[in-house]
Amino acid sequence: MALLPITAEAEHLPEIDGGEVYKQGSVAQLVFRTFTRNKLAVVGVVIVVIMVLFCFVVPLFYRTDQVDTNIINSNLAPSGSHLLGTDNNGFDILGRLMKGGQSSIEIAFCVAVIATFIGVVYGAIAGFFGKYVDAVMMRVVDVLLAIPVVFLFIFISTIVPSSTMSSSGTWILIAVLSGLSWLAPARLVRGETLSLRTREYVQAVKVMGGKSRRIVFRHIIPNAIGTIIVNATFQIADAILVLAVLQYLGFALPFPTATWGSMLSQGSTFLSDGYWWQVYPALVAIVLIVVAFNFIGDALRDSFEVRLQER
Amino acid sequence: MTGYIIRRLLQAVVVILGVTMIAFGMEHLLPNGIARAILGPRATQVAINVFNKQNGFDSPIWYQYWVFLDHLVLHGNLGFSYKLNRSVDSVIASDLPRDVMLVGTSLVLAVVIAIPVGVLQAVKRNQAWDYAGTATSFVLYSMPSYALGLILISLFSIEIKFFPSEAPQQSSVWGMLGHPVGIILPVITLTLVTYALFSRYMRSSAIDSLAQDYIKTARAKGLSERAVLWRHLLRNSLVPVTTLVGISLPAVLTAGLVLEYLFNFQGLGLEYFTAATNDDFPVMLGITVLVGTATVVGNLLADITYAVLDPRVRY
Repeated sequence: MALLPITAEAEHLPEIDGGEVYKQGSVAQLVFRTFTRNKLAVVGVVIVVIMVLFCFVVPLFYRTDQVDTNIINSNLAPSGSHLLGTDNNGFDILGRLMKGGQSSIEIAFCVAVIATFIGVVYGAIAGFFGKYVDAVMMRVVDVLLAIPVVFLFIFISTIVPSSTMSSSGTWILIAVLSGLSWLAPARLVRGETLSLRTREYVQAVKVMGGKSRRIVFRHIIPNAIGTIIVNATFQIADAILVLAVLQYLGFALPFPTATWGSMLSQGSTFLSDGYWWQVYPALVAIVLIVVAFNFIGDALRDSFEVRLQER
Repeated sequence: MTGYIIRRLLQAVVVILGVTMIAFGMEHLLPNGIARAILGPRATQVAINVFNKQNGFDSPIWYQYWVFLDHLVLHGNLGFSYKLNRSVDSVIASDLPRDVMLVGTSLVLAVVIAIPVGVLQAVKRNQAWDYAGTATSFVLYSMPSYALGLILISLFSIEIKFFPSEAPQQSSVWGMLGHPVGIILPVITLTLVTYALFSRYMRSSAIDSLAQDYIKTARAKGLSERAVLWRHLLRNSLVPVTTLVGISLPAVLTAGLVLEYLFNFQGLGLEYFTAATNDDFPVMLGITVLVGTATVVGNLLADITYAVLDPRVRY
């Protein structure tokens, strides 16, 4: 028998006669099918793919100098030679947009991966052991959550010497932002673990003498994978936004490194001169990629919920 | 429930202590110490030693922390800004009212807008209005807060010169209120940013409430649709708002910092930013402790309010 289409309204499916095997496919297939049926999700994926190609592949063909200033070319309006015009240092905006995107996407991706990894392990351990371990570990999370990320980052960036910042700024950004972003996944996974650890299959492993490490890494974390992936997607979006704010305030990579936030802050000084092309391209880029990741995250959440419903 | 409240209170105290520890620790993590930041890179070692001796920076760090806590708890004294030659308390005292005005007004406005819009979106679910609302909040949410401010500035103070792009610079709140036009843009921007944080939750919480039995009961007993929505749905949607406001406080304060920088609004956020660029660590420490405490207290109040408002919650 062919695969029946599986929709959210699974209860309306035709009755299956006894003896026939009703094949649902694997969990991953089910999630994938629900995900691709969501139009916004597909739009989100397309935007992300286009942005990644734009930032990482197009610069191979569209070569621009983003290091040496060229005052003669400063503040040019969009034209055939500079499709989006130039900024006050004579940098081509289109090319700068790609360079800025590279750093934002790279940093945000690394932050999401590292922060998710730390948060998952931390949250799973806290939730699994419970009691005093949990209480102490979660108070640490509460403390770090109480101080807003941007405030903490500004504080830390005043401690880091500016010479270190200019030589290895990207790594410092990744380290500090990851160090501040693992709190949300830690809380989520801890909550999930609290409910998962009472399930029968976890009890069964315990009775069979499975070690705590095995239970956490082989049983609890894989079963919380939906929450984890959805949160990681939102982490990317949030990291791009936080980066944009830090770059705007001047607490990120130093000149002449191209970043979307610094493009916005530089361009905004010329807003009253009518140089709109110095502001809006970076703004549109940020909004597009953040919206895209939010679309994907929302759709993934729905897909994983469908998985739970149909089980 | 009293037990729950006491437990939550104790937790909050522990967390606030943790916040002071982190902030204090960071201040003392400075590679060259506070003395170097205050006296400048060319100060002699003797001058630094004298400064450390005079200000107690030569004693062990745990003792300094103890003194800091002692001053903070017993006298409400957050320290002294060597750069401004003022106590951190007086700096905060002059900024806080302006900040409360900006953040408070925006929070209230955002809640007042988000609740009815969320209810309307839930009622008109999957119709054009709902999609328009979702799209708006998506775009607002995905925009860095200052970018929204920039757009509003370019529209309302450059294209049509209606609102000034800078907040009024009077030192008192009353003085600022004397120039209300200047406050409007920062407040509108922060309101929209906060609204974006709330709206998606409001919509889904209203949709959840719509499916509840008490709505069916209200309809079944023949109440008009208006009464069902405004008296039953709206009031029940207020409950999650308390938690939402508590959780969103850090995000709103962050947006506040950025927008104060953008609009040159003399609030705590801008003070923090200026302190950071001046290496004025006592001010940063004081504001960090204040912001952290505000967040913890906000969450605490939200949890307690929730427990009081929703009798189904059992602890």
